[in-house]
Amino acid sequence: MALQQGALQAGKRVFDVIVIRDRCKECGLCIEMCPTKVLDRENTYNVYGYRPTFLKNRDRCIGCKICENICPEFAIFVKEVLK
Amino acid sequence: MQEIVLHPLEKYLRSDRLPHTWCPGCGIGTVAQAFIRAVDELKLDPSQIAIVSGIGCTGRIPLYLKFDGAHVLHGRAIPVALGVKLAKPNLKVVVFGGDGDILSIGGNHLIHAARRNADLVVIMVNNFIYGLTGGQVAPTTPKEAYTYTSPYNPDSKPFNAVQLVAASGATYVARWSTAYPVLLKESIKKALTRRGFSFIEVISQCPEIFGRLNGFKTPYDLLKKIKDVGIIRKNISPFDTKYDWNNEITLGEFVNKDEPTYLDYLNQIIEKARGQGDKK
Amino acid sequence: MTENILFTHGNQAVVEGALVAGCRFYAGYPITPSSEIAEEMSKRLPKLGGIYVQGEDELASINMIIGASMAGMKAMTATSGPGYSLMQEGIGLAVATETPIVIVNVMRVGPSTGIASKPWQGDIMQARFGSHSDYEIISLYPWSVQEAFDLTIEAFNLAEKYMTPIILLSDGILARMREKLYIRSPNEVEIIERRKPNVAPEVYKPYARDENLVPTIASFGDGYAIIRDSLTHDERGYYLEKPETQAHYVWVLNEKIKRNAEKIQKWDEKFTDDAEVVFIAAGPMARIVLAMVKEARSEGLKWGFFRPITIWPFPEKQLNNAVRNANNVIVVEMSYGKLIYPVRWTLRNNIRIGHIPWLSYVAPSPDEIRKLAEKEVMD
Repeated sequence: MALQQGALQAGKRVFDVIVIRDRCKECGLCIEMCPTKVLDRENTYNVYGYRPTFLKNRDRCIGCKICENICPEFAIFVKEVLK
Repeated sequence: MQEIVLHPLEKYLRSDRLPHTWCPGCGIGTVAQAFIRAVDELKLDPSQIAIVSGIGCTGRIPLYLKFDGAHVLHGRAIPVALGVKLAKPNLKVVVFGGDGDILSIGGNHLIHAARRNADLVVIMVNNFIYGLTGGQVAPTTPKEAYTYTSPYNPDSKPFNAVQLVAASGATYVARWSTAYPVLLKESIKKALTRRGFSFIEVISQCPEIFGRLNGFKTPYDLLKKIKDVGIIRKNISPFDTKYDWNNEITLGEFVNKDEPTYLDYLNQIIEKARGQGDKK
Repeated sequence: MTENILFTHGNQAVVEGALVAGCRFYAGYPITPSSEIAEEMSKRLPKLGGIYVQGEDELASINMIIGASMAGMKAMTATSGPGYSLMQEGIGLAVATETPIVIVNVMRVGPSTGIASKPWQGDIMQARFGSHSDYEIISLYPWSVQEAFDLTIEAFNLAEKYMTPIILLSDGILARMREKLYIRSPNEVEIIERRKPNVAPEVYKPYARDENLVPTIASFGDGYAIIRDSLTHDERGYYLEKPETQAHYVWVLNEKIKRNAEKIQKWDEKFTDDAEVVFIAAGPMARIVLAMVKEARSEGLKWGFFRPITIWPFPEKQLNNAVRNANNVIVVEMSYGKLIYPVRWTLRNNIRIGHIPWLSYVAPSPDEIRKLAEKEVMD
């Protein structure tokens, strides 16, 4: 978090990746397609028995939105963190 | 965290119908998202868009999107869409269908709509197989591929849909894949803002059926293959495009020209008929 | 007003009726003996700002008119046997999505290609059962040029009123024969338009029904984001894979017509009060049969006449009433046997059912039918 605050102050853009957990079907496309590999699979199940994606490394997310665009489930999207 | 989180494009979805029934990793959801994103970025009035689909996995798109929609007979989405467009020319009418629906049973309607330069956008999701019925061979299936009705592959060679539709006279022909959803979205935006017949083929992954039957263990394995075999080329004639699973499936925009559309002809016909006076 | 009176043929009368009823969209494929309808529509519709499309085949035609109707227009197609067979899936779609359209089947000799230009009455059962699975349908069969005009308007009215496809039957005789036609103007006839929803989109249900089981379905572009689905669906139009949904769905599609049958049915009967033998026929053949019955009556024979005008739903109550004093009915038709089936289903008690299947496509004279009738009555 401190790293992120520092990044914000330094003028770098910071992003958050939001996963609508119960929509994720564990297909793994977002995890594999992410260029900076900031996504991973949770160890807990959603209501349908899938283990959804989560953002494991917020600091390295560049906000490219490949995960958001590739997701067939409308389960993941990127939000810019503003001051 | 029990708060309800909404996707930025939620207002275009029939949320009470989600999660949809497409398999995990299926490219159809990606295509649906690219379409909605195109509509959103163009700031089109959603009440002036109608989507028509046939039968198949791709045909289920209207069930999940909040537009006027019709989920009609196998192969017959294009004539229904044409009827809608001619009756209400101000609507943007978009057809969604799979490769079997549009190119096999619907093939005749496809080539005639292209010939007429009918004012429709046809988005054909090509996953190389008949998915909803369990995995039968399609006119786009690579001849070496294994399907449940081509167990003794190789079978006949597949269509290169881009060539077929271009030869029929379509004025916008493009092929993209789900590996490049942003390029797909941009192409859909072009199709939505132009007149005449626009055809966009989308190479898409069917991980559960085509993937599993042909040795792709995860959705990403199949999408990676689709990404690798899809080569984007510019300034190339549609008749020079390749459709070869082992070599290259050419992606890009191949035809984009301005010609009188079917609505233009109908308007001319009405003017001419009225000008000739009323003789019974 | 002599411009409203024509000496013309049945196909023309259908076009005139459709235009008066407000039909402004026609998609069709040429097929004898219906092609004149397409040709005339292609000339007349553009003058009225309407749209004629020559479909690439009958499948395109039926589906185009369904699309046009979903977008709010009154739409029609015309065909004959082989094309009518191709349209069956489309008819099923119109039934399932409750889309009003009019399909004209100008019946001709069959099976298969048959003889294109010759009349037949062999599609009467197909009009009812041509598409797969369970549904009820409305089918009308005129016998004169004037009635062809009037029933075409009725067909559009019934389509709009009950949100269903209508099969307007005709045949190669009616298509070609010329008679006087009085073209009623739109303000001389009742013209029904489908209802429009008057609730907000958030609460609107496309397949919610009134007491006649008829839904009020929005058209595309009216802002209701409605989904018309060929899959089994519920009130919202949403596909549901549940036994209760299917049960209700198939019940309502059938009951909608059955419940309103008596408002829909039309028939004609003559000399039935004391008739011992009642002759049953439909379409132009019925005129020949009526001429024969009239002549028999003038000779003192107690013969009667019954003509279903709505073939479907078949006027069962009305037929039972017409034959109440008869001990014999004879069905006369230009086919191997189609009209005979609903007659057999309708009449069950102690009444002898005879059949004169006229297997020539050359229409008989009243005398020829009379000879066969005498034999049939005596046997």
